[in-house]
Amino acid sequence: MYRIAVIGGSDTVIGFKALGLDTFPVNSAEEASAAFKQVFQGEVPYAIVYIEETWAQGLQSAINKFRSDPQLAIILIPGREGSLGLGRQALKDAVEKAVGSDITGE
Amino acid sequence: MANYTPTRMVLNQLKGRLTTARRGHKLLKDKRDELMRQFMDIVKQNKELRKKVEDGLTEAFASLSAASAVMSPQMLEQALLYPRRTVDLDLTYKNVMSVNVPQYSFATSGGGEDIVPYAFAQTSGDLDDALGKLSAVFEDMLQLAEVEKTMQLMAEEIESTRRRVNALEYSTIPDLETNIHYITMKLEENENSTKVRLIKVKEMVLQKAHNYSV
Repeated sequence: MYRIAVIGGSDTVIGFKALGLDTFPVNSAEEASAAFKQVFQGEVPYAIVYIEETWAQGLQSAINKFRSDPQLAIILIPGREGSLGLGRQALKDAVEKAVGSDITGE
Repeated sequence: MANYTPTRMVLNQLKGRLTTARRGHKLLKDKRDELMRQFMDIVKQNKELRKKVEDGLTEAFASLSAASAVMSPQMLEQALLYPRRTVDLDLTYKNVMSVNVPQYSFATSGGGEDIVPYAFAQTSGDLDDALGKLSAVFEDMLQLAEVEKTMQLMAEEIESTRRRVNALEYSTIPDLETNIHYITMKLEENENSTKVRLIKVKEMVLQKAHNYSV
């Protein structure tokens, strides 16, 4: 059995906690990278990690490492301030990688 | 160009490799085209889902903000401190054109249909609203995770397949063809020189035996 983790600002993750997901509230970039490490060192295996875009910026290189790992999906979600467009970037990156150029037309 | 000894055995080996390379090239090209077709579908799905999730979350967060405006942070935290249910995720893999993509299914335990973990007396109605919206968007989020991961894995596979196709098409196959051509020419040349030598020897023998000249 796998679990789902949510990393984000404390006011963002609080709602997900009620849904029954494992939440890691963070308030600084250091806390975010610590939480990210903690996700992999815990005893429960996580299959999906949702990260709030605001905090994902500093973790980009760590996130990219898991891109080809079929067991772990890292998905960026918008925070309270709305979408920063980082989630869409993942789509563009994938298209660019596969096709050779960005044809999503945005 | 690698140096090959111009013999028939090497020629045969090279010809065998060329056939294999041509067949591999055709198969890989087909694989790449099919992967690309499916990838485009996935990209479209991903685009739609991402929009749905982002809109849903923005709405849910708006309700949550409204709730936190009327409730004190401590009260809010207390209300959501002990969730009634936990979500367990089951992960299976589906094979799409030799790419193993994850498929999620989730099971909740505890709480039944009702996800609200608090009593209604001391909480704002907006909080119920926010949780309702969140749990509605959650299924889309799960699907988004599946689709996005599939998309990433397929992109990697397409990239490496494309590289293989190109390597075969522009490097391996032309190289093999040049080498085969070179060996064929060399063998023909050897044959010619043998023939010429034989004719010459015949002439010399005739000359010696009968004083005969052509």
